[in-house]
Formats: sequence, C-alpha cells, structure tokens
Amino acid sequence: MAGRRKTTGSPRHSLPGPEDIFRSVLPNGITVLGRANFNSPSVVISGYTPAGSLFEADEKLGLADFTAAALMRGTHKHDFDSLYGALEAVGASLGFDSGLHTTGFHGRALVEDLPLLLNLLSETLRQPSFPPTELEKLRSQLLTGLSIRNQDTSDMAEMAFDELLFRDHPYARPEDGHPATVKAITREDIVEHHRRCFGPRRMVIALVGAVEPRKAAAAVEKVLGDWKNPDQPEEPRLPEFKPLNKTVERRVSIPGKSQTDIVVGSSGPARTDPDYLAASLGNSVLGQFGMMGRVGDVVRERSGLAYYAYSNLSAGVGPGSWTVSAGVNPTNVDKAVDLIVKELRRFVKDGVTRRELADSQANFVGRLPLSMESNGGVAGALINIERYHLGLDYYLRYPGLVKAVTTADVSEAARKYIDADRLAIATAGS
Amino acid sequence: MTNSIRKTKLSNGLTILLKEIHTAPLISSWMWYRVGSRDESAPRTGVSHWTEHMQFKGTQKFPAATLDKAISREGGTWNAFTYLDWTTYYETMPADKIDLALRLEADRMVNSLFDKKEVNSERTVIISEREGNENEPLFRLGEAIQHAAYRVHAYHHEVIGDKADLLTMTRADLYSHYRTYYVPNNAVLAMAGDFETGEILKRLRQLYRPIPKGHIPPRLLRPEPPAEGEIRLTVEGPGETTYAQIAYHFPQASNPDFYPLTVLDSLLAGPSNLNMFGGGGISNKTSRLYRALVDKEYAISISGGASVTIDPYLYVLSLTVHPRRKPEEALVQIDREIQRVQDELVSREEVARAIKQARAMFAYGSENITNQAFWLGYSEMFASYDWFLTYLDRLASVKPRDIQRVARLYLRPGNRVVGYYLPTGRSAA
Repeated sequence: MAGRRKTTGSPRHSLPGPEDIFRSVLPNGITVLGRANFNSPSVVISGYTPAGSLFEADEKLGLADFTAAALMRGTHKHDFDSLYGALEAVGASLGFDSGLHTTGFHGRALVEDLPLLLNLLSETLRQPSFPPTELEKLRSQLLTGLSIRNQDTSDMAEMAFDELLFRDHPYARPEDGHPATVKAITREDIVEHHRRCFGPRRMVIALVGAVEPRKAAAAVEKVLGDWKNPDQPEEPRLPEFKPLNKTVERRVSIPGKSQTDIVVGSSGPARTDPDYLAASLGNSVLGQFGMMGRVGDVVRERSGLAYYAYSNLSAGVGPGSWTVSAGVNPTNVDKAVDLIVKELRRFVKDGVTRRELADSQANFVGRLPLSMESNGGVAGALINIERYHLGLDYYLRYPGLVKAVTTADVSEAARKYIDADRLAIATAGS
Repeated sequence: MTNSIRKTKLSNGLTILLKEIHTAPLISSWMWYRVGSRDESAPRTGVSHWTEHMQFKGTQKFPAATLDKAISREGGTWNAFTYLDWTTYYETMPADKIDLALRLEADRMVNSLFDKKEVNSERTVIISEREGNENEPLFRLGEAIQHAAYRVHAYHHEVIGDKADLLTMTRADLYSHYRTYYVPNNAVLAMAGDFETGEILKRLRQLYRPIPKGHIPPRLLRPEPPAEGEIRLTVEGPGETTYAQIAYHFPQASNPDFYPLTVLDSLLAGPSNLNMFGGGGISNKTSRLYRALVDKEYAISISGGASVTIDPYLYVLSLTVHPRRKPEEALVQIDREIQRVQDELVSREEVARAIKQARAMFAYGSENITNQAFWLGYSEMFASYDWFLTYLDRLASVKPRDIQRVARLYLRPGNRVVGYYLPTGRSAA
C-alpha cells in the first residue's frame, strides 16, 4: 500500500548498528559515541558523569540535585546572564539533571553552534563558579519546588512507595531531598561534591545530528580530553536489597485534593538482569499494551474508576521496581487497590497467553523506528547501550531477543518479582 | 526537506493534504474535525471531548476490545486531542502498516456505536480526568480566568466541560453531536511520511469517497464584546505556593498583529514552542520578565504564551510567586516592564535574536514526522498550510515599531484579567 521510494541525498534511517555508530574512549576515560543524521540541521549532545545522589549523606539529601542545577549558574568565564545569553541568542539549550548514580546533561543546537555548545558544556562541567547569590536564588527555587512536590498526589504516592519498598536501601530516598536537608546544604558542600565526584572516568557523551562523528569526537577531545580528577571515587557498592516479607501500606494525607494517586508494587529486575526483557514484555501485557493493558482494562474501561491506570517497570543499575499506578476519586481508593491487587495475583498465577505475548512482542519490534526518529531518540539509544553494556549491535539483535522470550519466561519473571501478598501500597490525597 | 504538498478536495468535501518524507519508514496520519469546545453551550459543555473519548469505544468492524490492540500490535502509536477550535485523531505507524489507520478513521467517522453502557462507564472516567486536573492549582486558576475573560464567547469554558454537564450528558446528546459534526465536509485528513502520493491518494479515494457529505450547522458565533476594564480575581486552595496569571485579550492567529505579538512574547517571556511534538523548548532566562522578576526574586519562575486560535483568545503570563513576595508586588514589576516596551523601541538585535530562536525551534520540530504531519492539518484549522510555510518569513519582517504599536494596543490593564491563586496553607502532615 505504501511506497518506499528513495530520495537522492541523505540515506534513510536504519536502526543504529556497528556500521554507523562511532565509539571511542579517550585516554582520560570519557567514552564518546556518535552517529550522523544529515537529514536534520541540528545536533544533540547527551550523556552523563558518574556523580549522583548515592554519594550524599542523609542530612544533605538533595546535594547532587542542587549541584547539578548550580552548574548553570556561572562559570569561570561566563556569569549566569552571559551563559544563558550565549545559548538563547542562537536558540540552543543546555541543562543538567541528577539521579541516583549519575548527573546527566542534554544540549541541543543548530549544527553551526556545536562548538559553542561543547565549550559551554566543558566550562560548566569543569569550572563552575557557584556564585553565592546565585546559589541562594536557586535554593529558594528548589525549596518552592519541594513545597509544590509535597502537594502533588502523584509525586507523594511515588515517594511513599519508594520508602516502603526500599526502607534502609539508598533507593528509598528522594533525589531532590526534603526542605530541611536542602536548607542545610552549604556552598562548601556543593564545591566539595563537585570537586570530588565530577570527572572524566566513566563519563559518556553521545553526539547525534548533522555532523560527521569523527569530527565531533575530535571536538569533544579538544574541550574535555585534558580533564583529570585523580580524586574521583569508585562507585560505592550498593547494599543488598531485601524484598518485602509482607504487604505494607501508607496513606499520605494531602487535604483539599479532588483525586488520590495510588502506587502498588514490588521490586523488579535491574536492566542487565537476564530476565529484564521477559519482565518488560510481561509489564506490557499487564499495564501498557493498547489502552494500558489489563490494568487499564479493569480499572478504567470496565470499572470506569480512573482516567489513567497503568503499570511501569523501572529498571536501572540497581534493584528496580515494578508498579501499578492509578488516579481515582478518594471514595474509590479501596475499590481500586483491590482490583489492582487482584490483577497482580492473576498475573503471577496465570501468566500471559501466547496471543498476549505475541502482541506485545510485535509492538516492541514495530515501534523501534519511531523511537529512533529524532536526534534525541538516537542519542538516548546510544547512551542506553553504553550504560548497560548491551553492545553496538544491540538494536540489530533486538527483534530476535524479543521474539525469543516465551510465556514461561514471562511467568518466571512475574513470580520472581511480584508476590500479591508482599506488596508496597502507597496512596496520597484527601 | 521538501515543503511541497499535495492538496485535494474530494467530492464529499473531505480536504486531503499529503507530504512525502522519505527519511524514515514511518507515516503519520491525522484526521481533523472542525468542532471543539467553542461550539458548545450549557448544558452540554464537554460534549466534544466526550465524543472524542467515545471514538475509542468501537464500531461494528473495530469493536472496542480489538480497536486499541490493533494499532499497538503493529508498533504504532496513536492518540487524540480536543481543543477550543478542533478535535483531532492521529496514528503514526510503520509505513507498510498505515492502511489499518486509514480504514479505522474512515470507519469511525460514520460507524461509531456510542453504546449506552460505554457512555455511562466513560462518564466516571471523564469526571476522573477532570478531578485529576482539579488537583492542580494552575488548572483551577486558569479556569477561573477563562470564565472571567469570556462572558459571551464559548471560549469561556474548559474543554473538559463543567462537572454539572458531565453528570447529566446523555447518549443522545453525544450521538447527535457526532452525527452533526463528524462528516467529511467538516474534516481534514493530513498525512506525512514514507508514501507515494499517487498511490496513497488512490487508496484514500477508495476509502473515503463513499462517505456522504453532511449538513453542518453554522459554527456558534457569539463574539465577545470588547473588554471594558481590568478584571481581578482570586482562587483559594490548598498548598503553600502562590501563583499569578495575567491574561490579555490577543487577536486571532490570522490577524497580521499576531507576528509582532509573537516577537514581543519572545522578548518578554522567552520564545514559545508551537510544535506539538519533538520540538522541545529553550530556556527563557535572558528574557525581560525573567530578568525583572526571577533574577530579582519576585518570582520563582515565569512563562508566557499565546494560543493559535480562530477567534481572538488570550495571551497568558504565568508565574510562581516568590515565597517572600506578594503577588501584587510581582504585578508591579510586570507592569514596569510592559511600560518599558511601550515607551522605548526594542533593539533590532533583540528582534533578530527572536527570529533566530524561532528558526531553531522549527528546525528541531522538523526531525519528527508526527510533528510534520501535525502541522499540515493544524494550520488548516485556523488558516492554511501557507501560514506554516510563511511563518518564519513573516516573523522576520517584524520591525521594532510594530512591536511598540502592538504592545501599546494589547498590553493595557483595561484589556486583561489578573488572577491570583492564594494558598490557604493547609499542607501535608
């Protein structure tokens, strides 16, 4: 039905693979990834340095987050105003965010402004000036953000869930901290965190767009190749995660809200666990595929209880989480939680049918080109294969990996991670 | 990337726009209906949005249970949106699977079942959607401002509708709305992606030509009388954070003043991103209002934006008030900056920057086929695709004097609604 005529000029998109992904490791440890896309006049840079909130003390929770935001408040060459002036004048963007294990960065510009973007990235990473007045302005903004977060039913349900599931494990802690801890962070803390934790070892940077990867890598080497930090620590080992031995619940009261948010679930695989893909496909059947899978069907379509009800698998470096979320009227919370627990029980007991699995497999494979359409999508994909050591040929092998998963694999993964009698149930609202 | 498109109208009035893009094996298809919340009056506010929901509840050929799975199985994505002026349904699929989407849209243009049980089950879903919105202070403030700004014009209510009407809407109301407005002569089908124009057009004629044209009533037209003075309002609610929104009456997108106003917005609050997909914005930290309010700690954040509409709508400045300040103090600073832009000509350099920013954002949006397809039909809803094609050039011809003129004409206190969200301070334990 649809033609597939080739145009002259730039080649069509194919999935990234060893033929067109550029990868090199600089002597100081930075991994550079690149892929050209001359169909677009712009370029994206994306990546991370291994400086996350895992390093911080309880009393200073939010330090990595504060530091990441503070990088853009001024450098040894640019004050706040001239830093943003340079970016905004050409319609470019650059920003940082931090998580548990890493501080990430993401920038975009028209291709002629790539040198500017790389220079500013280098400056902000290596020589931020952390001006005191700017830090205090930023602190006010972060504290207001926390006030807003504390009123947000979805954020608070997720926070309560993490605390219930992870308990003493560092994953229990919110990366943006609490008002008391953010107030306690000093400029010295930020300077020290940056000095110690930011460095080239285990840093990854991906460049995608209208630039030849080798040239882009050379440009990266020029601004970041001489970066050294001998004090950069090794990643601390995560403590062992102990699964729940009974169901635990917490209800966070936020008065005056029309809707209550629910998060129910348990732990899940790490991204590199061999059963990750089976869990991911199982998750698709449970609460993603079509109109949010079985969960969407039961909680929204058939009971009319929620506008959104879905499941999510969060899988990273350490122990992940497997959750079902929904937003419901406060009078329907118990009913919705019961339906969700019932679906989880069914999922573990009966697994998925071959038809359900085949549908989700087809979806996973079919949607790949759409996720790689833009420079940002490809950059994210490159970061993904590097972070989890999936191999440059991962996306070429991906369809085969997906199709190889069986219903027995899904059942095994479901049983391994989910026990309907050992769940964390968190709600937030009136 | 070519900008050439093929525009056709079938004998039943269906307008078709096609744009070939061969950079990826994808096709995005959008069906637009010229009906939205502006066509509604009490007690049927929210009927367009609810009708959109019912479009996912099945036809005979595509029953509800199979409908949602059919697209996902093929690796496609889909969704729908209801707005003030239009309702739209889109699918983005691997190129060789697009026929499913074309058949689906042809079928549900005519054959949606609107089953009574499904109507009732969807009632609580939509009320749940509304209640989720009501959790957000800015939704409640925005709704109050919209009501105050539009006493007469049907832009005065939120797309989701008032709860009173959601509770009493009947199947007959919804079905009659559907039969009236979902006709080919009230629709635009726009596609971008990896197809061959002649081939796809043949298939579209095959699928859509048999659908009979309908009689569309004239669109509800209750022009809002000119504002007679500033309106101030407050909304109280839970939390600890104060918000302010200032809404000015702006002209519609087809008015030539829209271009200098867009540049003015860029200078005041940073460039707005008109892309629905893939664009992503850029920061606004060197904009005049950021510098005057956020840098000087009257506000935690500030944003501004106009909407692209058929009739005149609102330009809204939205800010989170700094915890140490009162909203009235922030308003004084905003007024000071507006006075400045009315009294002094902005520089040519500033104007050039705004143009470059708009250029960059359009470039970012061009990477995404769904976004490219979006623009084809979207521009037809309030103007034509020429609006999109000429947008950057028309922006580039804006002069400092134009900006001063429109700032004086539109950014007057007598032409605005000022709203504050005041927290009553009952926060979480």
